[in-house]
Order: sequence, then C-alpha cells, then structure tokens
Amino acid sequence: MYAFDIERPTRLADAVKLLSDSVESQPLGGGQTLIPTLKQRLAMPDRLVSLGAIDEIKGICTGDDGALCIGGTTTHADVAAGAGAYPALAGLAGNIGDPAVRNRGTIGGSLANNDPSACYPAGVLGSGATVVTNTREIAADDFFDGLFATVLEEGEIITEVKFPVPEKAAYMKFEQPASRFALVGVFVAKYGDGVRVAVTGASEEGVFRWSEAEAALSADFSAGAIDGLSVSGDGMISDLHGSGDYRAHLVGVMTKRAVAAA
Amino acid sequence: MPADGGIGAATARREDVRFLTGVGNYTDDINLRGQAYVHFLRSDVAHGTLNSVDTSAADGMPGVLRIFTGADFAEVGGLPCGWQVTDRHGEVMQEPAHPVLAQGKVRHVGDPIAAIVAETREQARDAAEAIEVDIDDLPAVIDMKAALEDGAPKVHDDLTSNLCYDWGFVEENKGAVDEAFANAAHVTTLELVNQRLVANPMEPRVAVGDYNRGTDDSTLYTTSQNPHVIRLLMGAFVLGIPEHKLRVVAPDVGGGFGSKIFHYAEEAFCTFAAKALNRPVKWTSSRSEAFMTDAHGRDHVTKIELALDADNNFTALRTDTHANMGAYLSTFAPSVPTWLHGTLMAGNYKTPLIYVNVKAVFTNTVPVDAYRGAGRPEATFQLERVIDKAARELGVDPIALRRQNFVTEFPYATPVAVEYDTGDYVATMDKLEEIADLSGFDARLAESQAKGKLRGLGINCYIEACGIAPSNLVGQLGARAGLYESATVRVNATGGITVMTGSHSHGQGHETAFPQVVADMIGIDASMIEIEHGDTANTPMGMGTYGSRSLAVGGSAMVRATEKIINKAKKIAAHLMEAADADIELKDGQFSVAGTDKSVAWGDVTLAAYVPHNYPLEEIEPGLEETAFYDPANFTYPAGAYACEVEVDPDTGKVTIERFSAADDFGNIVNPMIVDGQVHGGIGQGIGQALLESCVYDESGQLLSGSYMDYAMPRADDVPFYVVDHSCQTPCTHNPLGVKGCGEAGAIGSPPAVVNAVVDALQRAGHGVTHIDMPLSPSRVWQAMQG
Repeated sequence: MYAFDIERPTRLADAVKLLSDSVESQPLGGGQTLIPTLKQRLAMPDRLVSLGAIDEIKGICTGDDGALCIGGTTTHADVAAGAGAYPALAGLAGNIGDPAVRNRGTIGGSLANNDPSACYPAGVLGSGATVVTNTREIAADDFFDGLFATVLEEGEIITEVKFPVPEKAAYMKFEQPASRFALVGVFVAKYGDGVRVAVTGASEEGVFRWSEAEAALSADFSAGAIDGLSVSGDGMISDLHGSGDYRAHLVGVMTKRAVAAA
Repeated sequence: MPADGGIGAATARREDVRFLTGVGNYTDDINLRGQAYVHFLRSDVAHGTLNSVDTSAADGMPGVLRIFTGADFAEVGGLPCGWQVTDRHGEVMQEPAHPVLAQGKVRHVGDPIAAIVAETREQARDAAEAIEVDIDDLPAVIDMKAALEDGAPKVHDDLTSNLCYDWGFVEENKGAVDEAFANAAHVTTLELVNQRLVANPMEPRVAVGDYNRGTDDSTLYTTSQNPHVIRLLMGAFVLGIPEHKLRVVAPDVGGGFGSKIFHYAEEAFCTFAAKALNRPVKWTSSRSEAFMTDAHGRDHVTKIELALDADNNFTALRTDTHANMGAYLSTFAPSVPTWLHGTLMAGNYKTPLIYVNVKAVFTNTVPVDAYRGAGRPEATFQLERVIDKAARELGVDPIALRRQNFVTEFPYATPVAVEYDTGDYVATMDKLEEIADLSGFDARLAESQAKGKLRGLGINCYIEACGIAPSNLVGQLGARAGLYESATVRVNATGGITVMTGSHSHGQGHETAFPQVVADMIGIDASMIEIEHGDTANTPMGMGTYGSRSLAVGGSAMVRATEKIINKAKKIAAHLMEAADADIELKDGQFSVAGTDKSVAWGDVTLAAYVPHNYPLEEIEPGLEETAFYDPANFTYPAGAYACEVEVDPDTGKVTIERFSAADDFGNIVNPMIVDGQVHGGIGQGIGQALLESCVYDESGQLLSGSYMDYAMPRADDVPFYVVDHSCQTPCTHNPLGVKGCGEAGAIGSPPAVVNAVVDALQRAGHGVTHIDMPLSPSRVWQAMQG
C-alpha cells in the first residue's frame, strides 16, 4: 500500500471536520474492502479517518417508534448477537463472510460501499429502512445508486440505520462458491402495509426490489404465490459463477425459500 | 514395539507442536542482516513484444539499490527443464529458452520484466511504478487446439509451432488397438476436460539469497520440496555455481502439492542479486503473484474410447489428449502427461491393448507442471468416467463391470510398460462395499427424495504409481535426474540418533514417521531419534519429496543405513562381550549373545564407538555413522476403491457430498494416523477439483480466477466426514518396508467418484446427462439439468 496518515477521532464532529478539511481523506469503517484495496495499491488516500473509536455511532437500541436502530460502526458480529428483535436481520449479519470479517466489518461500511453482492443492501432495502447520516435521513429506496454507488456525499458518515421490524421476514443467500458473497440473495419482509422483496447479487444495477413478487406476496404470503413469476436474465450479472439466466432463476428459488422460512 | 511408537503406531505428529503453536521456522521468518527486498515488475499482457524497459525515472528513487532487466541476464543461463520427451516420430520435444527475466517478449500475464531491489518492499514497489515498459501487444493463444492451427500466433518465435511434442504410447500397439476397436462389440466414447488448477499451498513461495564475499559462498533459503534438486539445477544450469559453493536450505515449508518441486526464476534471481549487490535479497510472493507465477496443474483435454467385446470384457483403450504446457516448460512438465499419465492408463483392469496419444502445447498461460497426483489423476479420471459411461450404456452394474475386468494375478505386466508387483483389487472393492454401506443406499435415496433432493452414488477404482524409479529406467524415458534417495544415520555417543534424509517434509509428517521405523529396527524409543532434512549443507544428496515417494524411497534408504549401523554395532557388541559377530542378537535395544545371558545395552555400544578404549580398532573404525543411497527396482502401486454419495438440489444445482468412503491398499503402514490425514487431505483436494476449483483465462490471456474471490478452494463445510480404511494390505515386494505411497491417492481417486455420483443422481431423476465437466458448480449442474 501507499503511505497514508491515520486519525482515530472519538467524536463524530471531529470525524466530520477531518473529512471536510483540505487533506484528501477517506473514512475507514471495518476496512474489509478498503484495506485490501489499499494493499493492492488501487487507492491512495493521504489520510484515513477511522470511525471505529466513535462510541456515539456504535451499538443497537430500540427507537420510540419500535424501530431497531443500529449504529453505523456496529460490527456484523454485534448485530448477529444483539439484533434479537429482528431475527432475520441478525441471521443475515451472522452469515456475512467469516468470523474475522464479522468481527471487523460494519453495517455503515457495507452500505456505503454498496457491493452488488453484499448482504446488507438487501436487508436495508427489503426492510424499507432509513439510513441516518451526520446531515440527513435517507430512505432505503433512495439510498442505493447502482454498483458501488450510493447517494452519500463526500465526507458524509452513516451514523445509524433504522429498521422497522416486520411481522415476518427471512433472508436467503445462495453463495458464490469462491467468495461466498451472494450469488443471489433475497430478503423478504412482511409488514402490515405490504411485503417487500429485495434482491442482491443478481443485477448489474445492484440491489433491487422485485415488485411483481411484492404484489403477489402482499396478496398471498406463501411460496406458492411466486409460481409463474420470473425475472428476466437480461441485465443480470453473468460471470464465471453463473449466467444471467441462472441468477434470474435463483431469484425465484431464493424468494420462495425466504417466504417459506419467514 | 518401542513404548512410544514403532512401525504401526498411530503416534501423534511431533512437528505439530511447532506448527500449531507458531514456532515453526518458515522461509519468510528468515531475515538476514542487511537484507534488501526485491519486487518483480510483471507483464500485465499475455503476449507481446518487449521493445524497451526504461528504468531511468526509477533508478534514483528512494531506497532503490539496483533495477535488473532481461539484459542483466543475457549471459546467465535460463531455467532448465528436467525431462526430455521423445515424440512418436523419434524426435525430441521442442524446448524453448526460459530466461530468468523476460528477454524480447513477454509470454504470459505474470512473466517477470524487471526486478527492483530496494531497502524496503514498498520502496521497490514505488520504483516499479516509475518504470516505463514499452510492449507491443501480440495476439495471445490460450486454447490448445487453436494454438495448433496453421497460422496461430507462436508463443516462441524460434520454434516451428506451438507443439512441444506429439507422443504416442505404445506406438507399436497403435495398429492392433485400432483393429480391436474395429472388431469391438461396443465402443464407449467420452470427451472431457481435466481443468487447470492452482496448487495454493497455505504458504506462498519465498526466496532469500545470501552471499559471503569472504568465502565466495552463496546460500539460498527457499520454499522447496527438494533443495538438492534446486541446488543442482540452479547451480549447474543457471548461475554456474558449483555445489560446494552453493547451499540451499528449505526450512519449514507450508505445503507444496507439487508446486514447490520446480526451480523458479525468483530463486535464481535472489541468489544472483545477492552476489551482485553483496547483500541478502528477499522475495516474498503475494497470493496474487502466486496465482500467476506458481506452476499450475492438470489442464488436459481428452477424448477417450473404450472397446468391449460381447461379454463386456475390455478389449482396447484409446485416448487422445491435449496437454497444456503454458508459456514455458516448467521443470518436470513434459513428464506429467506422458510417463506419469500414459503408464497408468491400464488402471486396475486387464485391458490388453492401449494406445495413448498426447500433444503437449505451448500457450500464453502460466506454465503447467505436477500437482498432487501429476498425470495419474488425469489418467484415472478419464478411465473411470468412461467405464462408468460404458456401464450405463450397456445397462450393467458399474461395480460388476469393474470387477469383471480387474487384474487378479500379480505380478501383472500392463500393455503400457509397467509391471504391478502386488495388489488385490477384489479385496479393496469388497472392503469398500462394506464400509460405504452400499446395501443401505436405497434407503438413503428414499430419504433424500422425501426431502426433495436427488441422490446419486459414484464408484471408482484407482491405481497409482509412486516412487518413480529406477534411475536407469527413467533415464531412458527422458529424465535428466536420478530418482534414488539418501539417508545418513548418525548415532551419537549416548545413543540418540540423528537421521539426515534427502526427503523433505512439508506436511507429510516425516519427523514422526521416520523415527518410528528406526526405533522399531533397533528397539529403542522413537523419542531418541531426530530427523533432519531440507539443508544441503548437512544432508546427503537427495531428490526430495513428490510423487508419494518419501517412505518408499527415502524410508528405504534410511532402513539400509540403519541396517549398516546395526551390523557395525553388533561387531562392537561382539567385541565387548567377547563373542562371535554371528552370535549377536539385537532385541529391544539390547545386544545379547545367542544362547547365553550375556548382554550389553544399545547405549553401551554407542558409547564404545565414540570412546573406543575397549574397541577393535584394528578391525573397525570408531564412530557410528552410516549413509545409504537407495534406488528402487520399480514403482510401488497403491490402489483402492472409492465411493461417493451426493445430494443434488434440483432447484439450484448445488451438490452436497453426503458420504465419502475410501478403501485403500498402501501395503504396510508405519503410522495409520498420518495415513488417514494424507488420505483426508487428498480427498479434500479431489473434491475441490470435482466441485469447486477452476483456473480460467479469458481469450486475451487475462487470469479471471486470480484470487480467492473467484478461485473456489474447498472449505471445511464443503467436505463430509470421510470413512477411510486401509486394512487391505498387499505389501510392496521390492522395498524393505513393504510400503507403497499414500500422499496422492485421495486426490487421484476422488474426482471420478464425485462426478460419477452426480451423473448417477441426475440420471436417476430422469435427466439424460452423461457427463459434466469439472468443477461441478451449481450453475453447471443446473445448466445440465435444463437439457
């Protein structure tokens, strides 16, 4: 990696200030993507601003409206252990990567990176969660902006994610054999006002909602409701591990399994 | 048996104490005073003309000591190839030059262009980015058959084509084989790919070169399976350093699987640069570099045909294989698709006529060489797949078809030039049927079906040839090396023993198993015996560890040296007890005079050898140290039968291995726990090949599977709990221990079992699938089910 400076502020305000001054800086969450990128010399920030020491944006609580609120620097392992109020989300977090990844990687880092095969984007979009930053609140439907892209501004920090807790939910991931990222992952959540279905790993556009399935499941929340529905293989990722058509097929399979498991 | 474990004891591996508690000494742990670091600037294109390498902007950068390019190696030898194959027309293979640093052309992604030596790794990398390389891209040849077409771009301009050799075996049988096919009652044909793999040992390669200006001695510390071979190849053929001025040390090595047999450019570079700069020079491969510089394995494309008569007896076998050599000939690459592959095509069967044709091809890819099994997995896979297909076509039980055609009388001379000394393939199949509970399969099938899963059963047999030998034969076959092994047994004054072996241990457990043999022979505790290996300065010339040869060849050398020790010790004991040599018996570490109650202990004799006050100095020398070299009379031929049961998810194509059973015949067993571990590891790698692993290039020669994000290694939850049995034992007839080899068996025997099982599952479910190429990834299996 190239040489860089590192700061470890303990207050959010200090982190915001560091990220907005004249030094070219990059926020560092758990580093599960950024550190390998640096090691391969694919990025050369002058300074990393680690968010890991800022206690005010870490941890899990329940909001006044009953939402599960997860601080931006909360690790996957902490969510897996502490999000008992939302078992589907805890299960998702507990199956990301391996123990080393889960003990370092954070929800805010994962969402800001928006890897098209990551699990959290499906959980956030599938829950209709709200991404809270140091400057604003962003609805999940507005947050993701294509592969590795979000609407976050330079220096904007995810401080919290608020998940409305559904009546039922489940996440089903079909793993890519090498990376064990999602080849296709489907998050299904049933709320009083309807069902949300979010798909990760499959689309060239990143995480997306499968609206036809949502409509069908809102009318009849059963695996059978998906019968006859399909997504097109066009626009799906096609690579060493599966064609677009295979991924499209898996979207249906994983959706049914998520409904059955919810 | 010695209290702490002789031959046959499941002694815990003593080396694991240091491996598992972090006190091993690996090459990367070696840091020498004044050490500098090298970073290699590597080609990012697969094929191109190297017009110029301009280092001017980089030369003066901070910490840079010197930047080397191909021009610095113009007068230095290239990397040698250790095996010369003669083709079916009597011509020797085409053998291209393999410079240490690229000269004139780059031929694969990862080909080294420049080597930057600096005070730190990061400084070397910084400087590499300032080097201006001017390359004119050339079209790359990746596909082997396309590489042989007229007008295909040539990997090596000075060769006549991309064909390394066109090997026929046994060429004299070709006409008879063709005739047998013309007269066959049934012919089964199968085209398949044995895909390219990356060995991926846990420890990447490392080299540290050192030079002593005062003595003009060079030392190379390297991650090698055979330090003496590296000393000979690098010293004699690359750098021109005689062996007495060159020491090669391979300390603890974290796995090799074949990929650390070969002599690599980085080793020669570090040794060369250390002298040029008068400073130690270190290179540590990154995992990314390992993917594009470690020799790859397999990469065969084969058409195999099996002829049967009306009674389902195999009458002939014919194969046509293209074998990828990559861009250069790695050290033993030419031998793998030929003498390690064609000679195994008889398998466990008495097929009377066999013809094997192999075309070895140069492409713009990383060189391909031996990987766990080396030629034998490729032979076994195609043979056991075509037999399975034949059984399905003929509507006969695949086990019965195999049993019907088994070799049952030994010794057995195959039509492919080898003679099996012993074996009992009926016994291993009987044992397999028992341990795999084949009679319970139908019930398990019903359970799977009740869960909505497909279930299949795959069976296969294998034979392998271990401990390739004897030297005079392999010399006739093209080997440019001998294939003996050596051992020095040094008995110390107080009775402890140091055994210096030319075999190298990098996971095989020699440090535990070898003492068990010596302890057993003398009747002392194994803890009195220590094994040293891996340093050319203190071990006799040895050929190293590969091809499951260590115990059969290196162990035999150790037995011979120990026999010399015992003979001499008996003479000393006879003197001490004033008896005749012939009357001395050795039992449980005590020398006694037959028919008397006189005895002396092992330690009394060893002390007398080194404190020779009461000693027959006029008859024998003091001291107790003996060396033996052992050159085997033949290969050894382990064999076995494997069974795999899979479940296939019909919705996703995902294959799960539910049961895996292995019945192996390894002859006599020294340490059954180590044998279990070797078989477990081999099966794990075989399952990796069958289901997960694949090294893929795109058409332009870019490596698509260049990291663990895309190259799928087997993980613990990809493999089942194995049922392993090695109670069927037909001892090898020609080595003193009666042992065979066990290191590669699992990797050889398991891929066809897995694929046979998946095809079985799909056919039981009504799919007309007859073959799926490995890896049987979910998407491939699902695609096959779509018809």
